[in-house]
Amino acid sequence: MIIDHPLLGPRDSAEFTYMGDARLIDRPDPDAETAAQDFYEYGYLRGNPAGWHDELWFHEAGDRSWLVVTRNTLTHEISKVQLARDVARSRGRSK
Amino acid sequence: MHDLMPITALGGTEARIDAFDHVTITENDGLALASVAARMGHEKACHTVLEKLLGAVPGPGKAILHDPEAGFWMGPDQWMIGAPRDSHELLADQLSDQFGETASVTEQSGAWVCFDVTGPAMLDLCERLCAVPIRRMVAGDAQRTMIHQLGCFVIRRQDADHIRILGPRASAGSLHHALITTAHSVA
Repeated sequence: MIIDHPLLGPRDSAEFTYMGDARLIDRPDPDAETAAQDFYEYGYLRGNPAGWHDELWFHEAGDRSWLVVTRNTLTHEISKVQLARDVARSRGRSK
Repeated sequence: MHDLMPITALGGTEARIDAFDHVTITENDGLALASVAARMGHEKACHTVLEKLLGAVPGPGKAILHDPEAGFWMGPDQWMIGAPRDSHELLADQLSDQFGETASVTEQSGAWVCFDVTGPAMLDLCERLCAVPIRRMVAGDAQRTMIHQLGCFVIRRQDADHIRILGPRASAGSLHHALITTAHSVA
């Protein structure tokens, strides 16, 4: 499997480590009324889609950037690769 | 008064040189290093200082082989700056003054071991050693890769038969072992 790194170009997936569902970027608000339930779901509950899935990959043997990789879990086709920090910032994080 | 003797990363009093028929591996003990990480919101100002220092900002996978300070890209908004230790022993302090609030500067001289690999068999050695596409790389390309399970930087220098490898100093012996083993296999 080849991951097309947005900065470094196509790299073998062996250089990367899979770090889980990209929804981990959306950390719940700890001050919300429902924080306990939100964090339970954030910590333990994952979708397991047969199809397109946004995933976090860490470029361990490269520049150590975190990526959001959109991958089809049935075919391993990769349709989109973004820097995780760009995704997080576009959702209003890291401000 | 203590009577302390400085030693190189491999533990000698002088830098080690291993000469083979077609390749020479030289421990480079004369390098001062400091890392620069742009602070959020100050990226442009940080780039301006880098440009003044190196002549240009090293892009992804690139090094600027500039004298006396040289630098390479380590990751998004992160660079490593190197200079001769004799003239720049306090490199981190000097850079910290220049970058001010725009970047966080960290002393790195004591964290890395540097090997210069030269000779006509350098390409063969490099492709046995790690996964960088050495024959496609040109002078000024710099990549981080795994060598012997160690995260290392491989920098292609000006001379066509010269690469510089920076690896973790605490594992200098292991990295040296990997280099020597590979050199034997291409000798």
